[in-house]
Amino acid sequence: MLIGTPKELFVGERRVALTPDSARALAKLGHDAMVESGAGAEAGFSDAAYADAGVTVVNSAAELWAKADVVTKVRPPEPAEVAQMRDGQTLISFFNPAGNAELLEQARDTGASVIAMEMVPRISRAQKMDALSSMANIAGYRAVIEAGSNFGRFFTGQVTAAGKVPPAKVLVIGAGVAGLAAIGTATSLGAITLAFDVRPEVAEQIESMGAEFVYLEFEESSQNSAATGGYAAPSSPEFREKQLEKFRELAPEIDIVICTALIPNREAPELWTPDMVAAMKPGSVIIDLAAEKGGNCKLTVMDEKIVTDNGVTIVGYTDFPSRMASQASTLYSTNIRHMLTDLTPAKDGVLVHNMEDDVIRGATVTHKGEITWPPPPPKVAAIAAAPKKEKPKELTAVEKRAKEVAAFNQQTRNQVTLLAVGAVLLLGVGLVAPASFMQHFIVFVLAVFVGFQVIWGVAHSLHTPLMAVTNAISSIIILGALIQIGSGSMIVIVLAAFSVFMAGINIFGGFLVTRRMLAMFQKS
Amino acid sequence: MDFGFTTAAYVVAAVLFILSLGGLSGQESAKRAVWYGIAGMTLAVAATMIGPGQGLWLLSLILIAGGGGIGYMLATRVQMTQMPELVAAMHSMVGLAAVFVGLIAHIELNRVLAMDVDARGALDGFAALLAKKDAVEVSILRVELFLGIFIGAVTFTGSVIAYGKLAGKVNSAAHKLPGGHMLNATAAAVSVLCLVWYFNTGSVLPLLLMTLVALFIGYHLIMGIGGADMPVVVSMLNSYSGWAAAAIGFSLGNDLLIVVGALVGSSGAILSYIMCKAMNRSFISVILGGFGGTSGPQMAVEGEQIAIDADGVAAALEDADSIVIIPGYGMAVAQAQQSVSELTKRLRAKGKTVRFAIHPVAGRLPGHMNVLLAEARVPYDIVLEMDEINEDFPTTDVAIVIGSNDIVNPAAQDDPNSPIAGMPVLECWKAKQVFVSKRGQGTGYSGIENPLFFKENTRMFYGDAKKSLDELLTKIS
Repeated sequence: MLIGTPKELFVGERRVALTPDSARALAKLGHDAMVESGAGAEAGFSDAAYADAGVTVVNSAAELWAKADVVTKVRPPEPAEVAQMRDGQTLISFFNPAGNAELLEQARDTGASVIAMEMVPRISRAQKMDALSSMANIAGYRAVIEAGSNFGRFFTGQVTAAGKVPPAKVLVIGAGVAGLAAIGTATSLGAITLAFDVRPEVAEQIESMGAEFVYLEFEESSQNSAATGGYAAPSSPEFREKQLEKFRELAPEIDIVICTALIPNREAPELWTPDMVAAMKPGSVIIDLAAEKGGNCKLTVMDEKIVTDNGVTIVGYTDFPSRMASQASTLYSTNIRHMLTDLTPAKDGVLVHNMEDDVIRGATVTHKGEITWPPPPPKVAAIAAAPKKEKPKELTAVEKRAKEVAAFNQQTRNQVTLLAVGAVLLLGVGLVAPASFMQHFIVFVLAVFVGFQVIWGVAHSLHTPLMAVTNAISSIIILGALIQIGSGSMIVIVLAAFSVFMAGINIFGGFLVTRRMLAMFQKS
Repeated sequence: MDFGFTTAAYVVAAVLFILSLGGLSGQESAKRAVWYGIAGMTLAVAATMIGPGQGLWLLSLILIAGGGGIGYMLATRVQMTQMPELVAAMHSMVGLAAVFVGLIAHIELNRVLAMDVDARGALDGFAALLAKKDAVEVSILRVELFLGIFIGAVTFTGSVIAYGKLAGKVNSAAHKLPGGHMLNATAAAVSVLCLVWYFNTGSVLPLLLMTLVALFIGYHLIMGIGGADMPVVVSMLNSYSGWAAAAIGFSLGNDLLIVVGALVGSSGAILSYIMCKAMNRSFISVILGGFGGTSGPQMAVEGEQIAIDADGVAAALEDADSIVIIPGYGMAVAQAQQSVSELTKRLRAKGKTVRFAIHPVAGRLPGHMNVLLAEARVPYDIVLEMDEINEDFPTTDVAIVIGSNDIVNPAAQDDPNSPIAGMPVLECWKAKQVFVSKRGQGTGYSGIENPLFFKENTRMFYGDAKKSLDELLTKIS
């Protein structure tokens, strides 16, 4: 199959859906690649680099659309592009089917198949083609860098000869992929990073990235993101109130806010209100990654950077991935390549559009002249439902102490009871048994006692040698046979001889094998 | 005949035995400790042959030498993967020897009792010892030797079956005769009746009947226990062989036998306890076989098992800094320990931290994995116990599970209805990435689905453990 990638038409879009590296990987699947001249220029991939990777460079987009069997793109196609599509052709691109009904119908009428990259279901197997995540990752990183360039101070605290510099305080709202990437970047730059998310189960992820999770004291059945495919769902008004109150309390001390809170197919929730912006120090920066959907801060102006009256910079850019075109293109083209790998199961260059496959079915929005969006729910749930976990109650020091005392008392009681019962039993035996028996019995009880004390100290790793050596010494029964062998009739001699013989095997076998094993244990 | 000397020698021998067990607390001191044991045994045998056992000492010496030769051959030839079988086989011999010694004691006792007072005075050796006993002591003696034979017989057939199961000569699945535990209970009741009968009459018939019944109990009990419970079974039999020796020691009035029997008995008992604790099951439920009833439906496992090839594993290992390997019985079956060791060596040479996590019941013998790894020259200081390493999984980059299943099953913690709920497990799923080397998609010994295999950070590396690892080794220089 011939895979073609035209130059992006969207103004300011610098990414490209094919890189020389991904073209080489596609060749292994049996595909040929074609690219429009200059398509990769802004992402740092020259026509010559493509040609080196065996990619045919063509001069016009029209020629490319006409020849290619599969067209890969970044941005949703323009109507003029869709018009060039033909029956049997496949388009792999972002498509925004939810907000692009007309385009979807136009694409259907051409008979071409369209695979929308944002529709790739969120299941483990499909992670490698999850372009939303790879782009969000870049956006999160870039948001921190952008904040840094607009922020007049260091991220990290320093004590220099010229004075002390306090560390910057960063608040990340929404800990999705972008949020986590932002947390990672901010913490590695040395900022004190706080993070908030409505899904309490991400607290662990936040903390593992080195940020502090902002807890709300709120009694509500917590959101279970498993039901929404790993995305956040809208929260109750009471919860929102509590959340805003917390943010209001934090606002004066926060230097940089990075908003990433989005709910699928809804306007972005307002989380950073104008009064919070007013409460912030001059020079603070807000980066609103939700700007495209109206912004988490309503002062945000899409695609623009504004400065408020009190000197707070609000950045509303929506093209963060495009601002890192080379990195974004590399990741996106890899996502595309993985999608094509799944579409080419035999690696023979033949595309198999398997509508039974959860991933391919989920991402396909038009196929064979029909609109196949929205897809049925995938057979495999995105994320296993998190089992409800009872949070263990934090014990106060007094309670802990009381518990310890109780445990100690319990232990003492158990031990005393055990000793008392043992002593009574022993005395009982002593009452009836003759003295000669008691002598041996005392030896026995003491030996058991010593045995228990000694064996508890044996290292777990030496349990097998322990068994071998106890085996060898349990052949001490040979003494019994040795004592008896000289006494009495023939049958006694034969039986005793057998016993001596067997015990002999055991003694030598047991000790030698122990010796052999122990010699193998070596320190590094 | 200097009995004072013999007793003194026994005291020294007993101390040496205790030291030899105590020395097993560390790998280095253990190397010395085994010599204490050997010295103790030599001393005990020599003192007995010079003292009370001097009749036919030449024959004894020849027999010991003969047995020793066989023992030597066994010990030098045995593969480390066959250790469980060897240990079980050796238990059976102690058991049988105990039965024989007990029978002899009975024969001698009856012979002595049949004599008149004058004749008794002329006896020497073991018989003379019996001759001095009064009526109460004779009764006690009967109970003691009865117990000795009973425990010895159970140990004997039990160990033979355990050996058969471990060596693959007997089907290792749990198997019971119709009637199940009722048969065992009946057999036990018959034994008790025999004890009463024998206690009153002293005739040989109840003794033989009991021996047969005890042999049956040993057979049936162990037949009913499945393969993965073998660590408990073997340590239990270890314990029994000790108690048998102690019981015989009572009947012979020999303190060294009592001391050593008690040491071995308690050692085995503690091992059984540790094994049961590690499976969160009571000793009774293991011995009676099968898993306990569940209190509700098990959690359904969601997700899918994702396979990976050697290239993927190699790439992940290249990137990892800390790696934990979790071996199980599957590693022993595939004889993969050498490949594991080689992998460890290469990864360590690249400056990566490689450690091993050993679950107490991994393998078929307590400490089985440690011995296998030691044989493959894995240094023992990177082989850690469950409690030592469980906290480190969240900071581990890659966990490799080789041939283990139930001991890494998260259902033990997450699913209160799981049959293994509450069993302590290695929390390998907390590592950033988990690779599971496994032959196919089947469930483990307990037949429980393992949610670990379906986790998002788990990749299945299907195939025979040794073959998979060898393939992996070709990718890692």
